[in-house]
Amino acid sequence: MSQYKINVTKLNLWYKDFQALKDINLSIKSNLITAIIGPSGCGKSTLLRTFNRMNDLIEGVRIKGEVLIDGENILDSKIDLLSLRKKVGMVFQRPNPFALSIFENIAFSLRIQGIKDKKKIETFVEKSLKSVFLWDELKDKLKSSALSLSLEQKQRLCIARTLVTMPEVILMDEPCSSLDPLATLKIEELLQYLKKDYTIVIVTHNMQQASRVSDETGFMLLGELIEFGPTKEIFTNPKDKRTEDYISGRFG
Amino acid sequence: MKPHTKQRIAFSFLFLCTLLVILPVGLILIIIIKNGLPALSWQFLTDIPRAGMREGGIFPAIIGTFYLVLGAIIFALPIGVMCAIYLNEYTKENIFSRLIRLAIINLAGIPSVVYGLFGMALFVMFFKFGTSILSGALTLGIMILPVIITSTQEALRSVPKEFREVSFSLGISKWQTIKRVVLPCAFPGIITGAILGIGRAAGETAPLLFTVAAFYLPRLPRSIFDQVMAIPYHLYVISTQIPNIPEKIRYGTALVLVILVLGINLFAIILRIKLRRKQRW
Repeated sequence: MSQYKINVTKLNLWYKDFQALKDINLSIKSNLITAIIGPSGCGKSTLLRTFNRMNDLIEGVRIKGEVLIDGENILDSKIDLLSLRKKVGMVFQRPNPFALSIFENIAFSLRIQGIKDKKKIETFVEKSLKSVFLWDELKDKLKSSALSLSLEQKQRLCIARTLVTMPEVILMDEPCSSLDPLATLKIEELLQYLKKDYTIVIVTHNMQQASRVSDETGFMLLGELIEFGPTKEIFTNPKDKRTEDYISGRFG
Repeated sequence: MKPHTKQRIAFSFLFLCTLLVILPVGLILIIIIKNGLPALSWQFLTDIPRAGMREGGIFPAIIGTFYLVLGAIIFALPIGVMCAIYLNEYTKENIFSRLIRLAIINLAGIPSVVYGLFGMALFVMFFKFGTSILSGALTLGIMILPVIITSTQEALRSVPKEFREVSFSLGISKWQTIKRVVLPCAFPGIITGAILGIGRAAGETAPLLFTVAAFYLPRLPRSIFDQVMAIPYHLYVISTQIPNIPEKIRYGTALVLVILVLGINLFAIILRIKLRRKQRW
């Protein structure tokens, strides 16, 4: 049981009258990369955003069911959202650093947490930049604007910014869809390093990416989780006809 | 008639209408500058009115307008900005928030003389501030609140939603997100709105009528409970209440007012362009 980080049971979600998630059951293992694939509008991003309660921001959302992270139901209204979101970090589709310097982008959440010790902040910044392999490239221009970086560097910086809150889970919502193929490969390589320390859930509509990076894969269609299992099995020996049609490119 | 003859007539007609709109603007400027420029001098700007306002300068009125505008913005900017933050970031779309929005739009449409009466009733009489800079500044402040609220809301709305999402996703609270992420991004728009509000306040006469304006007070105010002269009201007085006033003094006063208001607006526009260029999202 302890090898499961996230347990989802009977999760249903509605945007006003539209049901976006239907009876989702799934378990995500610690220190693995789990990919959620499916055509646009299948609810994969919605599912991802229930794990850090980002759906709360949308008006008219209703959720039923249970999402346990480390055994704690995070859909409970009594949960501390701020510490949940520190524990479950998120990387977005478009690299979106703040219009601040490289250093300040990472120091941002530390400063808001009230950490004033300069040495401590510097150590944190260095450590998180090192873990996304940006330190050597950027250590001499930490003061320059984060907006001047390349897309790939920006996305790495965004990952580093997430790491600084010391998350245990990292959610990635199509993190490579605005990157070129080479940059995509480099980010995927980074994920392999990160999974030693973090549980990663990645949403992607790029099936090759899912088959390259992930250990387990779930296929979603029209709000339902059609099939879930080890990535190899899903891609070589899908049990459901719809999964097979999708991964062989017959639709989507 | 051939189709393109018709078209030519239509175009000429449309052009004529446009010209009719621009013409008054140009004429106002030309007439005021032509008649007012001879009056403009260092003495006119720095001297008190003399000989029953028929000679001398308009210094007390300039200072009065400065104090009133300053007071109005000190009062209206924080309240307007906070109100806009509340409306834009905290309320959900419901009947209550729609009512508030409607109230703000209506606030902008109330004739300025009504603000004057309201200011007299509330500040002069009820709060017993008397006819004073304080009463006048507060009245002007209430009048420019809608300008500030609307422009701040616009500035807040223009901050991309993703910025807020990223901040939330880092476990940063809503208030910290507003303070550290949203407000810095919205700053240029808020400042522009404030300056436009100042421009509006500087040009108004009616709200000052019963709350602060002195007919003739050739000295500088001693406290915020003092009365004061103001340029727009001074212009009204010398144009209607004093016989045999040299025309150039009237036009000179008008010219100072126009330069002041247009200058403030121009400054706001330039500032907006400059600050916009800086943000690169």
